[in-house]
Amino acid sequence: MKLTLPKMLQIAVTFVTCAFLLVPTLQSVLAGVTVNYFKGVSSGLTLKWIGRVWELYADSIFLSIWLAIACLVCTLIIGVPAAYGLARRPGWVSRVLEEFISLPLAIPGLALALALLQLYGSMKGFRTSWTFILAGHVLYTLPFMVRSVLAVLSVIDLKTLEEGAASLGAGPWRRFCDIVVPNAMPGILAGALTVVTLSIGEFNLTWMLHTPYLKTLPVGLADSYASMRLEVASAYTLVFFVIIVPLLMAMQWASNRAQRIAQ
Amino acid sequence: MTLTLKSVSKTYPDGTVALQPTELHVEPGEIVSLLGPSGCGKTTLLRIIAGLETPNAGSEVRFGDDDVTNMPVEHRKVGMVFQSYALFPNMSVKGNIAYGLKMQKLGRDAIEERVTEVIRLCQLEPYVDRRITALSGGQRQRVALARAFAPRPRILLLDEPLSALDAALRVTLREELAGLLRRFNITALFVTHDQDEAMAIADKVAVMSHGKVVQTGTPEELYRNPKTSFVAGFVGHAMQLEGQVRGSVLEMSGGRLELPRAGDDCDVYVRAEDVALDEAGPLKATVESSTFLGTHYRVGLSGLGARTIFANHAGQKSPALGSQVRVAMHPSALMLLPREDDRS
Amino acid sequence: MRPNAFVQLCFLPLIIFTLAFLALPLVRLFVSSVSGEDGWSIYWKVVTTPRYLDALLQTVFVSLAVTIAALVISTTVGLFLARNEFRGRGMILSVLTLPLAFPGVVIGFLIILLGGRQGLFNQITSGHVVFAYTMFGLFLGYLYFSIPRVLLTVMAATEKLDPALEEAARSLGAGSFHVIKDVIMPGLAPSLVAAGAIAFATAMGAFGTAFTLATNIDVLPMVIYTEFTLSANIAMAAALSVVLGLVTWLLLVIARSFSGTTAAAGG
Repeated sequence: MKLTLPKMLQIAVTFVTCAFLLVPTLQSVLAGVTVNYFKGVSSGLTLKWIGRVWELYADSIFLSIWLAIACLVCTLIIGVPAAYGLARRPGWVSRVLEEFISLPLAIPGLALALALLQLYGSMKGFRTSWTFILAGHVLYTLPFMVRSVLAVLSVIDLKTLEEGAASLGAGPWRRFCDIVVPNAMPGILAGALTVVTLSIGEFNLTWMLHTPYLKTLPVGLADSYASMRLEVASAYTLVFFVIIVPLLMAMQWASNRAQRIAQ
Repeated sequence: MTLTLKSVSKTYPDGTVALQPTELHVEPGEIVSLLGPSGCGKTTLLRIIAGLETPNAGSEVRFGDDDVTNMPVEHRKVGMVFQSYALFPNMSVKGNIAYGLKMQKLGRDAIEERVTEVIRLCQLEPYVDRRITALSGGQRQRVALARAFAPRPRILLLDEPLSALDAALRVTLREELAGLLRRFNITALFVTHDQDEAMAIADKVAVMSHGKVVQTGTPEELYRNPKTSFVAGFVGHAMQLEGQVRGSVLEMSGGRLELPRAGDDCDVYVRAEDVALDEAGPLKATVESSTFLGTHYRVGLSGLGARTIFANHAGQKSPALGSQVRVAMHPSALMLLPREDDRS
Repeated sequence: MRPNAFVQLCFLPLIIFTLAFLALPLVRLFVSSVSGEDGWSIYWKVVTTPRYLDALLQTVFVSLAVTIAALVISTTVGLFLARNEFRGRGMILSVLTLPLAFPGVVIGFLIILLGGRQGLFNQITSGHVVFAYTMFGLFLGYLYFSIPRVLLTVMAATEKLDPALEEAARSLGAGSFHVIKDVIMPGLAPSLVAAGAIAFATAMGAFGTAFTLATNIDVLPMVIYTEFTLSANIAMAAALSVVLGLVTWLLLVIARSFSGTTAAAGG
């Protein structure tokens, strides 16, 4: 590589940006396993804080995982058939529908949460149940599932493949199971990983929708940032990283794969 | 299984008439080709027979004695080979071929037996477990055919089965397809825009133009006795001779040509293979172009009318460009066809 | 194929869910905003009450600053990574895109680790460099989650640029600067507009980061939050949400008309 002034500038910006993103992340990892962060690493390494996090927040972690799985099931049941419908019936109605269900990507979660609270806040049984949070998560993640599946479906010649299956005697349901779903698999996989990753990290909606008895992982994080000592907050963040980073990497791998197929 | 169509027509919601009322009868075991230029309605007709397209009210499609007009495609028991083959990429070759049998809810052994039989018939043994994406175009075509044939359909329908292949392969696979269809011993209907393909494969050809079947017959009949100028032009590239018909003589700018019969109100057509460069010929022409095609020269002649007339010349040498030649056409090779005001 | 009842059935779960949890709540939100004691004039109040107007302007200001900074940084880094092959490139790319799934609260915490009282800068300088809870801290937080999104868009767009165009420009005698100015930037422009709009809209609506950092700063999401929880001024919270939602949605629609697709919002 020949070093010219512009190139050196580029390298410098890249380096500073990497440092900006990486350093605080490493700090939080380190703080989570340091005996006393204020004194520094010389005070020794410990897993004590992680243990504390487990005592305090295990419920939140399990609730988040449970919510993510439930959210995945819902988005699969709602999103995959919908993406199929949109792929089979292109037209302005489908475009408007797709645009409409994508609104939660554009409207801030806070506004959506307020809207949900206005409508359902007085239904006490629903308001205080975990399904209320689930509804918010499905609302936010559904467009990702639909778009991911639709992207794959719209590049295969679905109509002719289905006609082929129909000419061999397959009814609509069989065609959906035998032809549509298997061929949409890369999109479904990418969508599923996106849904789980986003659901586990969702805060904006969840903070407004949660109740004191139903705290998800990010809600617990906010709680610990406000009221716990720095080491505990860091240790909890570390736990979150351990869950979210592999998911994120899997999601990026699956999305790239689906995109390659969609080209 | 016989196939009978009675006044089958199709108008799209936007008012486009894709198919005018059409009659067609196909005998059991007969292989019929629907031949026509693109947009003539041949694929629409095939898709109506398959049940993939709904015809206008009043249309009737019969398989034998069974009226299938309102039967959805999945119950019609037809085998269909698609232009793009529509092989399922999520299944192996074997999975594709077995799919129709599975839909018939046959037992595992029955499926296995039939699949093996069809695979042998189509010589697909080496590819049984391959993925579809790992097959060549020709192999895909055979798998598509095997898949359509495996569930013992009542009728086999093929939509431009060779058009996805490159030109060199097309000729070889044409013979192979003709052979396989004969061995299947099944009523088959296939759509093509290529007259060579239609002639090579079909027992009977239905020529279509502007949403209508204009003539049906064996390849020889269509070639020798076209009923319209469209059929003459589309099957065997007949050329129109311009001139004035007086009794049984055609007066052209290059001379007078003897006709087989009196042909007032007729146009006269001839094919390049029936135009001879003959010193004793009655017509005068100028050599305008000459292309060497191996077995013969294709010589372009001007002076016989406004349009260039081509002659297939089998001699050892081509006449020089610009030279004057005499041209003969045997009266029996001339086709007198009713003049059409609406030229199609 | 015949009109297929099955395909219509496929839309059913979506339509039920969307009606119940998107369409009706949004209608309800709007109705709530105009059914307070102010009625329709509440929207007039939004733009005439200094507290709300200041918050709105402040939010627009910080979002604009973040957008410009994110575009400059991400374009520089994106072009460098897309046009150079070297060892560790994949590693750098991972580092730069990993924060994609970090919720806003976590990013807020990371900024506290940098610029809080026990933060890195305060320790290094041993002075009193605490910026986490200021406008600058908020700016850094928004920048943190904007960089990966803008970077991915820029890199995707760079890959789609035809390298032959650059080679043609070079063969005609253009230097690096002119290649960037005359070939690369015009090619990237639509994606940059789109990415910028996404960054802006996301920053406008970012709640998690503001929740951790902006305890003393009036940005729109925090104002909505306090109106709703502390003042119980439901109508105003709803009206501000409607304004915020409309602004971000419009921005993203414009962005999509430039580029065709939009990446994930959030934060």
